[in-house]
Amino acid sequence: MNKPRTLAEKVWDDHLVVKGEDGTPDLIYIDLHLVHEVTSPQAFDGLRQAGRPLRRLDLTIATEDHNTPTLAIDKPIADETSRIQIQTLRNNAEEFGVRLHSLGDIDQGIVHVVGPQLGLTMPGITVVCGDSHTSTHGAFGAMAFGIGTSEVEHVMATQTLPLKAFKTMAITVDGTLKTGVSAKDIILAVIAKIGANGGQGYVLEFRGSAIRALSMEGRMTICNMAIEAGARAGMVAPDQTTFDYLEGRPHAPQGADWDEAVAYWKTLPTDEGAVFDAEVLLDADQLEPFVTWGTNPGQGVSLSDVVPSPADFADPNDRAAAERALEYMDLTPGTKLKDIPVDAVFMGSCTNSRIEDLRAFASIIQGKKKADGVRVMVVPGSARVRIEAEAEGLDKIIEEFGAEWRFAGCSMCLGMNPDQLAPGERCASTSNRNFEGRQGKGGRTHLVSPLVAAATAIRGTLSSPSDLEG
Amino acid sequence: MEKFTTVTGVGVPLRRSGVDTDQIIPAVYLKRVTKTGFDDALFANWRQEPEFILNQPEYQGARVLVAGPDFGTGSSREHAVWALRDYGFDAVLAPKFADIFRGNSGKQGLLTGVISEADCEKLWSALEAQPGVELTVDLVEKKATLGDLVVPFEVDDYIRWRLLEGLDDIALTLRNEQAITDFEAKRAGWRPTTLPVRHA
Repeated sequence: MNKPRTLAEKVWDDHLVVKGEDGTPDLIYIDLHLVHEVTSPQAFDGLRQAGRPLRRLDLTIATEDHNTPTLAIDKPIADETSRIQIQTLRNNAEEFGVRLHSLGDIDQGIVHVVGPQLGLTMPGITVVCGDSHTSTHGAFGAMAFGIGTSEVEHVMATQTLPLKAFKTMAITVDGTLKTGVSAKDIILAVIAKIGANGGQGYVLEFRGSAIRALSMEGRMTICNMAIEAGARAGMVAPDQTTFDYLEGRPHAPQGADWDEAVAYWKTLPTDEGAVFDAEVLLDADQLEPFVTWGTNPGQGVSLSDVVPSPADFADPNDRAAAERALEYMDLTPGTKLKDIPVDAVFMGSCTNSRIEDLRAFASIIQGKKKADGVRVMVVPGSARVRIEAEAEGLDKIIEEFGAEWRFAGCSMCLGMNPDQLAPGERCASTSNRNFEGRQGKGGRTHLVSPLVAAATAIRGTLSSPSDLEG
Repeated sequence: MEKFTTVTGVGVPLRRSGVDTDQIIPAVYLKRVTKTGFDDALFANWRQEPEFILNQPEYQGARVLVAGPDFGTGSSREHAVWALRDYGFDAVLAPKFADIFRGNSGKQGLLTGVISEADCEKLWSALEAQPGVELTVDLVEKKATLGDLVVPFEVDDYIRWRLLEGLDDIALTLRNEQAITDFEAKRAGWRPTTLPVRHA
């Protein structure tokens, strides 16, 4: 009888090319390498300088997302450095033979939306990308993690990475979410509980009845933000929800391959009796809509709460961080979160820009008008999500509400493209990072779910859908 | 990569914890397609505050950064390491580093030494007492020395070995090329391929 293993250990073991000895890392095979314009130019350069080919073009795919504008996408990109970076990716893709989905292509979009949508992301595979939010793909039961540019070059050259085994942490979320509470609130609550660095060195396996009840979109939202707890990766064991999502997608296995794959995937869930290095429990019944008040994703509380005081933190580092965060965010301890007015609402990013997210947002704003003076931007995660949303009439609901309906890209999640906050502006954002200046220099970010973003856009202050009743 | 044994230079006490890579280099600077020319981007937003430590004349030419816990969290951008290197830093000492940042640093010859919180406080105090003072970071002995103050630091053995030897990761891996090829021959047919392109 073999030792019981976790999901993460099984995927790791099945990708072991060379087992490390005497403190050297294992050599792990990479099944899928996702590439975008920001973290790849120096990697392609490295290959060129060393005269190395890209080893597995058939396991590599590129898309343009971080720099791309979300308006007037048929015009040349106005910012010269952005334009050069995108052109560099196009040149590199052509020179090396990498499949690329450029701006305007039907399969263009945020790299972490495109992979799953094409059926390339599947259970039991290893996925890397020069982007920390690669953890998203763990929602399928894949081992997926962000890497730096040197590692991008390493994967291009060898299709492997030298890695030391990650520790495992079980995050069990049991119970039933209340109406108005969603996957985003689960992960924000998890990060607040374990801290923005509580997951360092770990793969988080999200399990329990509340996770099983989530759609693939919800699971992707959760795994996406595993990195915001400092974790290397997040994973959810594959089940029928996973198989149903995948079946029939362009690159999903077909015929006998499908049957073989599903049979294998069913062996992946963590064995009874397997031991995790750490365990965390969360009660879904008690969860409320969550929001961040500070400048790291762990600085979050229930939306019905008040802005905390630095004195509430026992740890001196946490206290100093809270002081600095409150100053940057221009918030006073004791203020009710729901009394905080916003200047902007951003609905998008690799965390929350899939069709289900847009449907959730639209369901709240339908037939209503946005609050005066609040700028509301809705940015689909991919060109296909945009098309699907338009086929359902969501674009009309969004435009009648007074919000802007944009083209696909990373948009206002990070200040690399024209979509940015002005200094001092406050934004309720469905993205993943509330770091200082993340959405534009001097911008202030409150991370929220699509449902909270919608209610906030209606009322103009941080709000949950239940605040709209009566 | 050059071999790393010891570094002696001006130490900078950065009294902040949770310094994320968006602070080390804001996204707007990530558009360059080269690995160099990022020195002006390092801590770009903070450097606009006149009182920020790197704007103080005593710390010009600094080579060692001493920061609070959880340095390098957030985005995977290796540009954060390039910016630190371009500015002139050879080593960062902190009580804790984010995983991706630590990995990226090891590949660019930037030493990330893990020190205790108590030693961090001692180093900060010593550096603040004599702004611009030099300290020595010794990777062979795994210790930092500032006058009488000697602080041990931890570094992953494998990263240390590569830094000491100045080894190129890719060349090391390619020593196992046959094992990679053998592994590829056994991969299941259902595993994803991006080519040929299949359409919806």
